[in-house]
Amino acid sequence: MLTENIIKTLQKIVGSENVDCKKSSLLVYSYDATPQFQSPPDAIVSPRNTKEVSEIIILCNKHHIPIVPRGSGTNLSAGTTPLEGGIVLLFKHMDQILEIDEENLTITTQPGIITKDLIEFVESKGLFYPPDPSSMKISQIGGNINENSGGLRGLKYGVTRDYVLGLEIVLPNGDIIRTGGKLAKDVAGYDLTRLFVGSEGTLGIITEATLKLIPKPETKKTMLALYQDLDAAARSVSAIIANRIIPATLEFLDQPTLQVVEDFAQIGLPTEVKAVLLIEQDGSPAIVEKDMNKIADICRENNAVEVSIAKTYEEAEALTTARRAALSALARLKPTTILEDATVPRSEIANMVKAIEEIAQKHHVKICTFGHAGDGNLHPTCLTDIRNEEEIERVEKAFEEIFHKAIELGGTITGEHGVGAMKSAYLHLKVGSAGVEAMKQIKHSLDPNNIMNPGKIFAKSERKRVVVAR
Amino acid sequence: MKTIEKQNIQHEFKEKMDYDELLNCMRCGFCLPSCPTYIESGKDEAHSPRGRIAMMKAVVDGDLEPDEDVKRSLDLCLGCRACEPVCPSGVKYGHLLEQARDIIYQNKKQSIPEKTVRHLVFDQLFPHQKRMIGFTSLVGFYQRSGLQKLARNTGAMKILPANLQAMEKVLPAIPKKKEMKNRTRHIPAFAEKKKKVAFFAGCLMDTVFLSTNDSTTKLLQHAGCEIVVPDTQGCCGALHGHSGERNKAKKMAKKNIQAFEESEVDYIITNAGGCGAFLVDYGHLLNDDPYWAERAAAFSEKIKDISSILIELEFHKLDLQVDEQIVTYQDSCHLKNGQKTFMEPRQLLQSIKGVTYVEMQDASRCCGSAGIYNIVESEMSMQILDYKMEQTKKTKAKTIVTANPGCLLQMKLGIDREGLREEMEAVHIVDFLLRALEKN
Repeated sequence: MLTENIIKTLQKIVGSENVDCKKSSLLVYSYDATPQFQSPPDAIVSPRNTKEVSEIIILCNKHHIPIVPRGSGTNLSAGTTPLEGGIVLLFKHMDQILEIDEENLTITTQPGIITKDLIEFVESKGLFYPPDPSSMKISQIGGNINENSGGLRGLKYGVTRDYVLGLEIVLPNGDIIRTGGKLAKDVAGYDLTRLFVGSEGTLGIITEATLKLIPKPETKKTMLALYQDLDAAARSVSAIIANRIIPATLEFLDQPTLQVVEDFAQIGLPTEVKAVLLIEQDGSPAIVEKDMNKIADICRENNAVEVSIAKTYEEAEALTTARRAALSALARLKPTTILEDATVPRSEIANMVKAIEEIAQKHHVKICTFGHAGDGNLHPTCLTDIRNEEEIERVEKAFEEIFHKAIELGGTITGEHGVGAMKSAYLHLKVGSAGVEAMKQIKHSLDPNNIMNPGKIFAKSERKRVVVAR
Repeated sequence: MKTIEKQNIQHEFKEKMDYDELLNCMRCGFCLPSCPTYIESGKDEAHSPRGRIAMMKAVVDGDLEPDEDVKRSLDLCLGCRACEPVCPSGVKYGHLLEQARDIIYQNKKQSIPEKTVRHLVFDQLFPHQKRMIGFTSLVGFYQRSGLQKLARNTGAMKILPANLQAMEKVLPAIPKKKEMKNRTRHIPAFAEKKKKVAFFAGCLMDTVFLSTNDSTTKLLQHAGCEIVVPDTQGCCGALHGHSGERNKAKKMAKKNIQAFEESEVDYIITNAGGCGAFLVDYGHLLNDDPYWAERAAAFSEKIKDISSILIELEFHKLDLQVDEQIVTYQDSCHLKNGQKTFMEPRQLLQSIKGVTYVEMQDASRCCGSAGIYNIVESEMSMQILDYKMEQTKKTKAKTIVTANPGCLLQMKLGIDREGLREEMEAVHIVDFLLRALEKN
């Protein structure tokens, strides 16, 4: 609970209209898109500039009040759930693009801008910002940076990390620092930019970012390859890469996912096949043409029953948009959908898909799989009902096994959704106890009072995830 | 709100809210960018569909008291249902909202003026078509007798709240009482008869907008329809259903189902998106009533919007023409989100010679009319309308076409507020189509 004095001080800093303590408001900022996690904050505060952010953080640091910076709350690892209460920080007033620099090919922006708005803005200038998480219509750039979001184009273009050149950060002691800049090369000291990208709001508050842009690809083609066998689809993925082709997008959807996505989008997706690959290539027309033909051949060689190329831009767009809805569409089938994003080296995709199938069978749970097959990042999604405790326990066990399998194959527990609260108990599997300890020391030296998004990344103990009711 | 009221509301939420549907929302947030109140409130989660559903669920779970802020959040919802088609999980938000509002309004004591107005409007006026005629003819008398002029010139209008003043200015000329009372009940097809249809005339449409109803039946005749207009039909009950008066809405639904049952038609045609979406939902409204459920579902099956049947009967292939102009279309939220009809009106407009069709940005975003929303939530409504007019102006359209009386009045109001009466006109799609047909 915040004392009246603290509320008053907050009101003085940001204006009373930007401090919200209504019970109903606390409730609607108690969750993000992660099932099973919910916990209300004590106040929702919307600063108007970096200086106010700094004043807030100084106040919180003095009184040991947790701060959770929050974008649009589309997080999938409970990263923006205020587990220990405190303040949820919104960036609705800090949502402006500050500068587009067409000579250096950079854009400088405040954190609150919607990802898609930024993408559309740069594309109107003939430039390209590739990271495109499925939530890009909703998510904010600040959230993307804090989570190091991936997306459908990650295979060829990388993820958010690869496009962040510089940051303005407010540290837990109130200091405002600037890292990096409009520089292609910069080795002055530790790379704090990279440290903060993907730090899940646990180290400080990002108040401005300079992002790298690239020229917009001239053209793009989209293809669907249909399979009657999951393994064949997975093998095609490895074969395409092995043939020295890097498609812009290489997505995998299994039959149940296809069916629900079609149910929602109604664009005529094939629902009678066992799996599809959604493949995109962009670049100059000649290269795109050549690559797509080659990819089609590879898919056929690997037993694709049909390969078709989208005829129009609209048709292509409908396919990728439908893919982005996959996770939420799965919620049509069961009340609760629990999603993971275990990731393996792309050569191991076929093994991972097979292992997921076996694990689901072993624990009698229904797992649908879709995801960014091209970069080894799968989204096994379990369809369950939160009210069925016995089943939820089996789901937990299945996921634990999936994590172990991913690590065994040289992979990781999370490719792009972050550790948050959801996967904190498994972090040691990937980085080892010494690795966790090193991370904790970084955290402690920057945030000794543990006010920044507490309860995330680091588990209180290395044990199985605790199921929170509701 | 009193403690006992809150307890009763909480109790009824537990009893009546569809918990499976509440759980169906997996909180992905895909609805957020489609919600006008989320956008206009500066991205306040409390005014988003996801937030409202979370509140409803929290009230059921006992995690949140249904206090004034919860009610406020539900009141501020337009009920436009733009969140439904974009929801990958297929949450039926409109149904949840209706249930929640019904529980709150049936359990919360209202202030005397509020109660009086609600009683007059919901019980005394809308359910009785004769009174609707009587009431609107009073307005007609006011317009024609010179009273209107007098009231405006003397500044007497200023005693009305600003929003009603504005509405008064954009009301169309009311037809004479005799015209409203002598509605024809059976109308033959002009050309070869292709379908037999019943026309759902509506309460406001058959009074204030009588001429638009006449245009509708004329278009149907030209398209090859034999038309019956059952005389025992009445208001569809949408206004009631959306305002926490579900039982009254059910009563009106039953009356309408009965009125149309005997007519043995292929379709029941509507020309008001708001009514149509509610009629399509009668099946849901009465699904727990064994005597009515099946009849309601059969009724709902037959509902079809005018633009949809015109396309089906290839009306758009007739010779249609207007003077050269840019035309844009403002979706009726309930026609699009409730009846999934949005391509047909555009196709009709694009088939008219002389029309340069320009799609406006966010055409499917609510205009802020939303039943009586523009009167009871005037501030938010006008904020939403200002955005809409900004987009409209960018199209440089001479004509804004709509498909619902509420939207039509709201767009007229928007034009008036922008001082564009000379350059721009808002018109119902059927009136525009009839104009295009009769030009030849």
